[in-house]
Amino acid sequence: MTTPTATAAPYTTIIGLEVHVQLQTRTKLFCGCSTRFGGPPNTQVCPTCLGLPGSLPVMNRHAFDLAVRAALALDCTIAPFTKWDRKNYFYPDLPKGYQISQYDLPFSSNGQLEVVDPKGAFARNVGIIRVHLEEDAGKSMHDEAAGTADTRIDLNRAGTPLCEIVTQPDLRSPQEARAWLNELKLLLVYLGVSDCNMQEGSLRVDANVNLHIPLAGEGGAEGRVAKTPIVEIKNMNSFRSVERALAYEAARQWEEWQATKAELGTTPKQTRGWDDPAGVTRAQRHKEESSDYRYFPDPDLVPVTVTAAEVAAARAAMGDPPTVLRKALEAKWKISAYDADVLVNQGRDLVAWFEELATLVGEGKVASNWMQQDVLRTLNERGGTIGEFPVTPAAVADIIGRVQKGDFDTSRGREIFAAVLASGRPVADVVAGMGIAAVSDDDLVALCRELLAANPKVVADVRGGKEQAAAGLIGQAKKKNPNVNPAKVRQICLDLIKGM
Amino acid sequence: MQPLDLSAVDLVAAVRQGDVSAVQCTEAFLKRIEQVDGRVNAFLKVDREGALARAAAIDARRKAGGPLGPLAGLPVAVKDVLCTADMPTTCASRMLENFLPPYDAEVVRRLRAADAVIVGKTNMDEFAMGGSNENSAFATVHNPWDLTRAPGGSSGGSAACVAADMAPVAIGSDTGGSIRQPAALCGITGLKPTYGTVSRRGLIAFASSLDQIGPMARSAADCALVMETIAGHDAGDSTSLPHAVPRYTELLEQPLTGLRIGRVAAHFAEGLDPEVARGVEEAFAAFKAAGATIHEVELPHAKYGIPTYYLIAPCEASSNLARYDGAHYGHRAEPGKGHRAEPGKGHRAEPGTTFDSPLAEMYCRSRAEGFGPEVKRRIMLGTYALSAGYYDAYYAKALRVRRLIRQDYLDAFQQVDLIGGPTSATAAFALGEKSNDPLAMYLVDMYTVTANLAGIGGISFPCGFTKAGLPIGFQLQGPALAEPLLLRAADRYQRLTDWHLRRPKLPA
Ligand SMILES: [Zn+2]
Repeated sequence: MTTPTATAAPYTTIIGLEVHVQLQTRTKLFCGCSTRFGGPPNTQVCPTCLGLPGSLPVMNRHAFDLAVRAALALDCTIAPFTKWDRKNYFYPDLPKGYQISQYDLPFSSNGQLEVVDPKGAFARNVGIIRVHLEEDAGKSMHDEAAGTADTRIDLNRAGTPLCEIVTQPDLRSPQEARAWLNELKLLLVYLGVSDCNMQEGSLRVDANVNLHIPLAGEGGAEGRVAKTPIVEIKNMNSFRSVERALAYEAARQWEEWQATKAELGTTPKQTRGWDDPAGVTRAQRHKEESSDYRYFPDPDLVPVTVTAAEVAAARAAMGDPPTVLRKALEAKWKISAYDADVLVNQGRDLVAWFEELATLVGEGKVASNWMQQDVLRTLNERGGTIGEFPVTPAAVADIIGRVQKGDFDTSRGREIFAAVLASGRPVADVVAGMGIAAVSDDDLVALCRELLAANPKVVADVRGGKEQAAAGLIGQAKKKNPNVNPAKVRQICLDLIKGM
Repeated sequence: MQPLDLSAVDLVAAVRQGDVSAVQCTEAFLKRIEQVDGRVNAFLKVDREGALARAAAIDARRKAGGPLGPLAGLPVAVKDVLCTADMPTTCASRMLENFLPPYDAEVVRRLRAADAVIVGKTNMDEFAMGGSNENSAFATVHNPWDLTRAPGGSSGGSAACVAADMAPVAIGSDTGGSIRQPAALCGITGLKPTYGTVSRRGLIAFASSLDQIGPMARSAADCALVMETIAGHDAGDSTSLPHAVPRYTELLEQPLTGLRIGRVAAHFAEGLDPEVARGVEEAFAAFKAAGATIHEVELPHAKYGIPTYYLIAPCEASSNLARYDGAHYGHRAEPGKGHRAEPGKGHRAEPGTTFDSPLAEMYCRSRAEGFGPEVKRRIMLGTYALSAGYYDAYYAKALRVRRLIRQDYLDAFQQVDLIGGPTSATAAFALGEKSNDPLAMYLVDMYTVTANLAGIGGISFPCGFTKAGLPIGFQLQGPALAEPLLLRAADRYQRLTDWHLRRPKLPA
């Protein structure tokens, strides 16, 4: 199956996302158990999160406050009064037989998060319908080894605070959906709301997708827009999977439309699971009874009130979100939107590292270039975080300063950077150890004369008007003395030829 | 000194003074249990060794001059709906037949901390659903006043064990009348406190917004003593009230002069047994003689109490009982073995029932086998009422009526301090009389459910006997947190009468 390109597609892809993020709290939403990932199964549990008879929930206010922070960052309105509801369904990883969630009065609603492609391909303001808080379920592990097909239940995760973020169907392509998810993740990580680690399940995405297909009207007039049935896609384990699954699903719906002309409302909403290795979505078994969750207010919990002062305090404690930070970096350091985007997307610690470097260098653009071409590249190769990076901003600033002084050129500077990184020694030691010393102008002139004498063809070419022929001399100069400044060599040679 | 004859207040004083040891006291009640409980079935579990060990430890501490808790040496029976870490907690259900909780309910913890001696767990209607105690999966409780009659429910075992002198004090729970109605039918005193007064942590939930734990004893003074231990804020129960615990026993001493008691004419309409009516009117007269004034008040929406209750309680129950699915604890059906037929209980599913998956089969069979018919009936009622398309017509509407009922009380308590009336329309009815008629059984709570719906307190105490020698209960209801007044009024009445001192003839 081929995916029509965005411009060629005779339809618009309409995408809405439903994102679940685990909040970074030490303890669970309604009990004191640890939320740490990866503990031995069923070791972070108590009567409450095991759903034992007689146990009762007590709300973790810190989790609620973190959720408020996330909602504020998504520009949501915080409800002054919110309550807890029970969502009733049977499943072995849901030990109470219901999930404590929020139904008709979520704690926040009506927000937005913009995503702008730094290369200018799209800019999309995505509406947030609601953000609510709920408890996570446990994990079912289907052990099909040895033919037993046993299911094992780990309830360590049961009760972990989970924010559900539901967007308007405002996204218009799989690429946009992926970019928006990146932006959301960045925002939540920046604010310390969630680590958004998809491998550990702390961020999960479901997508709703359908196509709007403009139909030709009578006599070539503009007709109505046909809408294909909405499909919910589950089981996507990375943002890349989300993009692939949406692209696949849009193409699949287009083919189905051509075959069936089935429109929205003619069939029940379908859920399809993404099979990543196969690269296809597959229909999941539809269970009619599963849709009635019999929500009602949880009588074990009391409603939560949030005052305007509490909202203001949460807003003040929030710190700059990435969108604000990008613009601030652009303005303060005179760097491009693209550069600011790259830096900000690496996280708050890297931005701080960059700003320290830029301050030492006294200029943003050069610092930004070094960040992207040297620091980030090696960081990506090495892995780890900027906090663990062995070279300091001061060392990089030292190297940049020497280049700017003309001690050596940028490519020589890069070699020094690499040597500092590899050896862990100070820049001055590395420079001295490599025998790098500034070449005196007299020495340079002598070297250039020698080169011109040995290369009459270059001299003739330059005289004939081909100044670029002088470039051939620079390589030879560097062979004779690796510390020469190429620009200077070029200039001296040109001057000598003119004076001949 | 004969411990069985002493009030809880006197027993605690006697142990403290050394007139009787905690062991002697415990042994006396354990002996009584051995002698009569074979006929009453008040207990599901008697912890003889545990109780005696506990009593011995208290005696040793007293001898050593150590501090004694306020209930030191007092035997207490606990309804089997409250979690105990050292005894199975079954809710009188096959579902939890072998369930041993890993923790004590907050009430049990407080009782132990006060040096009470927990002698055992009392019988009840399964999951506290019922008004006769006939819904126990294990044994039917017999009323000590007439063994052919029901003790009331759902705290029937707690009421019967106090009435039959098997414990001076028992703990019950009241969701729609489950403390007050059996107290009335067994001739004892039972207090259902204001919602939030006693922590529900460790109380196995029936209907969370209505459930409240309270004391059952021979007298209001004994209830007051127990309240000082079990009441009080618990940060582990979000619905627990933050109020300081009143000194209930000391507040008993204030006189009743000027007390305004409301009388609701509708309570005396059709359906009230004439003998009960006579006993209740005599109690009003006694209060008047003691200095209170009686005023007619109206509770216009009280007549919707039963339908409102039988929507809200089953809705909450259908969700609260979802956890009993056989997956984690409790009864689990053997895979593929079909249903165990239970004689007379009708647990067998239709032949040829098919299931979507082995998991669905486990759920269905475990619940079909583990729950009795009344529990299933209420789960189905609640599940239906909460379903899409019915929620507004049933649950949401019931919540609105609940608010009207609450408002009725607020209005009435502008005019009076307390409201009096019958606890139950009849004295103890015969076992089997209502057990095949769920609607008739639901009506036994008609005078009590409104207090639960409004979240206020109520107390029932004996106010006379029928010609057949069965106790009649008088109920007082008060505004939120008026327990000191409820206890004081009942105590005043008991200082002037001796109905509460009469004991059933139940020879050893
Ligand atoms: Zn826990």
